[in-house]
Amino acid sequence: MSAVAAPLPALSPTGLALRRLLRNGTAVASGAVVLGVALLAVLAPWIAPQDPTDADLFRRLCAPAWHGETVEPGFWLGCDSLGRDILSRLIHGARVSLSVAALVVGIAAVIGTLAGLAAGYLRGWTDILVSRLVDTLLGFPYLVFAIGLMAMMGPGLHNIVLALVLKEWIFTCRVVRGETLAAREQDYVEAARALGCSPRHIMLREILPNVLSPVLVVATFRMAYVIIMEASLSFLGLGVQPPTPSWGSMVSDGRDFLVDAWWVSTLPGLCILALVLSINLASQGLRDAFDPRLHQSS
Amino acid sequence: MREPLLRVRNLRTVFPTRRGPLAAADGVDFDIAAGEALGVVGESGSGKSVTFLSVLGLVRPPGRIEAGEIELDGQDLRTLPPAALRSLRGRTVALAMQDALSALNPSLAIGTQVTETLRAHAIPVDPRTEAVRLLTRVGIPDAARRLGDYPHQFSGGMRQRAMIAIALAARPRLLVADEPTTALDVTIRAQVLDLLDELRAESGLAVAMITHDLAVVAERCPRVMVMYAGQVVESGPTAEVIAHPRHPYTRGLTESLPSLDDPDRVLHPIPGQVPDLAALDAGCRFRNRCVMAVAGCAQPVPLLPAGEGRLSRCIRAAEVTP
Amino acid sequence: MSFPRVLERLVQLPVVLFGVSLVVFLMITLTPGDPVEIMLADQRATEEQAAMLRADLGLDRPLVERYLVFLGNAVTGDFGLSFFHRRPVIEVIAERLPATIELTLVALLIALLVAVPLGVAAAVRRDSWLDRGLSALSLFGVSLPGFWFGILLILLFAVQLGLLPVGGRIPFDAEVPRLTGFLLLDTLAAGRPDAFLRALSHLLLPAVTLGLPAAALLARVIRSSMVEVLAADYVLFAEAKGLPRRRVLYVHALKNALIPAVTVLAIEMGQLLGGSMIVETVFGWPGLGRVVVESIFARNYPLVQAAVLLYAVIYVLLNFCADLLYAALNPKVRL
Repeated sequence: MSAVAAPLPALSPTGLALRRLLRNGTAVASGAVVLGVALLAVLAPWIAPQDPTDADLFRRLCAPAWHGETVEPGFWLGCDSLGRDILSRLIHGARVSLSVAALVVGIAAVIGTLAGLAAGYLRGWTDILVSRLVDTLLGFPYLVFAIGLMAMMGPGLHNIVLALVLKEWIFTCRVVRGETLAAREQDYVEAARALGCSPRHIMLREILPNVLSPVLVVATFRMAYVIIMEASLSFLGLGVQPPTPSWGSMVSDGRDFLVDAWWVSTLPGLCILALVLSINLASQGLRDAFDPRLHQSS
Repeated sequence: MREPLLRVRNLRTVFPTRRGPLAAADGVDFDIAAGEALGVVGESGSGKSVTFLSVLGLVRPPGRIEAGEIELDGQDLRTLPPAALRSLRGRTVALAMQDALSALNPSLAIGTQVTETLRAHAIPVDPRTEAVRLLTRVGIPDAARRLGDYPHQFSGGMRQRAMIAIALAARPRLLVADEPTTALDVTIRAQVLDLLDELRAESGLAVAMITHDLAVVAERCPRVMVMYAGQVVESGPTAEVIAHPRHPYTRGLTESLPSLDDPDRVLHPIPGQVPDLAALDAGCRFRNRCVMAVAGCAQPVPLLPAGEGRLSRCIRAAEVTP
Repeated sequence: MSFPRVLERLVQLPVVLFGVSLVVFLMITLTPGDPVEIMLADQRATEEQAAMLRADLGLDRPLVERYLVFLGNAVTGDFGLSFFHRRPVIEVIAERLPATIELTLVALLIALLVAVPLGVAAAVRRDSWLDRGLSALSLFGVSLPGFWFGILLILLFAVQLGLLPVGGRIPFDAEVPRLTGFLLLDTLAAGRPDAFLRALSHLLLPAVTLGLPAAALLARVIRSSMVEVLAADYVLFAEAKGLPRRRVLYVHALKNALIPAVTVLAIEMGQLLGGSMIVETVFGWPGLGRVVVESIFARNYPLVQAAVLLYAVIYVLLNFCADLLYAALNPKVRL
């Protein structure tokens, strides 16, 4: 057969990166886990076998299905100290974890990108102001900052998002500022400037598309960290308020029953670990795919 | 001839690659006698550095010595336990490197880098006094006061000389000098080479001078060994090898060498490229670049005598030069 | 980092400290809700009492003036009264801080003792099972929620095996006079090795909870900078001199590999300081973090504010020290 070989489709850098990503088995598998958890979270009201807030002291601390004794049919992972179904609370808890993480990382990415673009491109006072603010916020250990703000604002979902965003944006900002400083010297930016484009046009139309992939990479691996932060705040009782289930507060709820009912505390922690680990693995794959330089030097 | 200080036979050092094992040194034979200066010439990738790293037992994994004999001072280095090999390094065979700036540890004082060698080999001297003596010997002024200096505080030439002083601290019998002067300017180059000549005359130090610069060898080394694609292709007394090469590759090298007697001579760089070391056949490795290549070159070519004290790996050795 | 960079940091230090104090001040000032109302929420207070408290806290004066007063007080260590303890805030902090510092330092020590040999070994045997295991473990370490890890350790070592105690720093019958506040030192100073061991047994689980995940990240950093350093000419040269393997690895290579690790160590200190608040809560460790968390629920704001400021100042100073250490390790920076 003398067929002419079909020319390989020319792939854009993004296309190449996606292809690298899809060939990375670990990254794809862990990405699937994250998507699965997200699906559970979205469909929680329909999937959860029980009402997560339905308390019944007769079911207090009943054991998971594999335990054999004092098992309550239909409550596969047992019940907590108020007799609420742990499985249903875990499924609903995914909503808190993921929605806080997505909101915080999303808002922080927007703020950080805009601040980083402005600081890196406009330089001058804007840069000094943004950079000093970033330095100052870097001066706080993350958790201390979040705890301090939550202490003043009081617990609750909105306040968590606010407290974490106020610290989180600096990580995107630093990356974008660095990338913008480098882009500023590139020919395409100089050309746009020579053509008389406004700074706004140059920042948003010329530079922004080029910093999006590092922003994406930063956002995914920061997401893992934010989930742990939310869980930590909830564990301390500064997160979402009862009876809304959150993984962090569930771990805290079970602390007094470690001897009699170890599963109450350990299962939600396992969920946090699994989700965060999956996100970290997926983001590592993303980083390798989008930044081959890092890949080679590791 | 006396028993040589270093005797290498059929050395084969390989690095695994994705396309199979790559023999960076493949069947290398040579001797070095005490007090001798042997020039080792070849382009980068010819296997000259790997050969001597094999002698030192410092081939970096996953590279490894696959076959051959290495005898240093009557001891078989390949069967020596690691600790014994370590105590030979620096003491019997030492290494001087091309770039002293990268060979000296940036975060240790020069003095420390001298004395630690003395201590490692338990040389019975006062380390500090000996360090001053060694550094003074290589021409570092006011050495006693400069022991606490860090490498970046030395000038380029001083660094190079300090590195040689460190390499020679434990009074080795063989110095492997890997491109010791390439990074230096002309006057400092002469100083360093003079120093090596003196040490050779004084203490019977043998020197293996690895270089791609035939001119340095012509000037300083009575005997030369030319390497190409992992093999020794020619060896013999330097003056004769340069005047009457017995291998087309050596002739190519001499033709690309500027001459002091005839500065207007046309230089002929060798056309073509070194073959892929991971995809070799049994034949002569130079034949794809050789103007004299014939059908017989596709057969394996051994290293054969080609005159008084000379060896060549070419089936047409006698025809290379009149 | 070059010497001018150290100088730049020195100039930046007061600026950052100023910024940090401003942010802490604004935290309590700009957040929605009247602090006086929140503080008095549970108590039946009259309008006059509220006004008095407001005047007492200086809340009726302009913002700038209030900040300057806050800053002046902070510098002199006057953070007001912890009405929960009925004592000055600074006293409560001084009493609790040693426990937190002891915990954090021992955790740091554990992190270093685990991370350095692991990182070096993984770098030496690149791509071996050890190396792969380490990189999997360090990913695990950064994904592990600290509070949950602590609970697992309690379950295993205290509940199941009954090997180690949980809660407090030392049993009452082993109390010794507090000189430094660091019980490991005080017990030794009192000549009570038995008490030292009991204090250590109380400290072990919290310190491991805090230190081990930190070790995971640190080992990874040391591993990657060691890999880079091991390929350097000076390592080959050191080996060619016939130096013992240990000296080549732990002096020639590690000394250079630690230089980039120092910066990461400073960042990790922030993790340790923040993490200590969680670990103290999990283990009932009577340190500053625990009293802060208690104070939040008691609406004891002056203490929370002072503690947050203190944590930040300590962190900023530690980062500055890391910059100096970086310079000290790197002779090219020395003058």
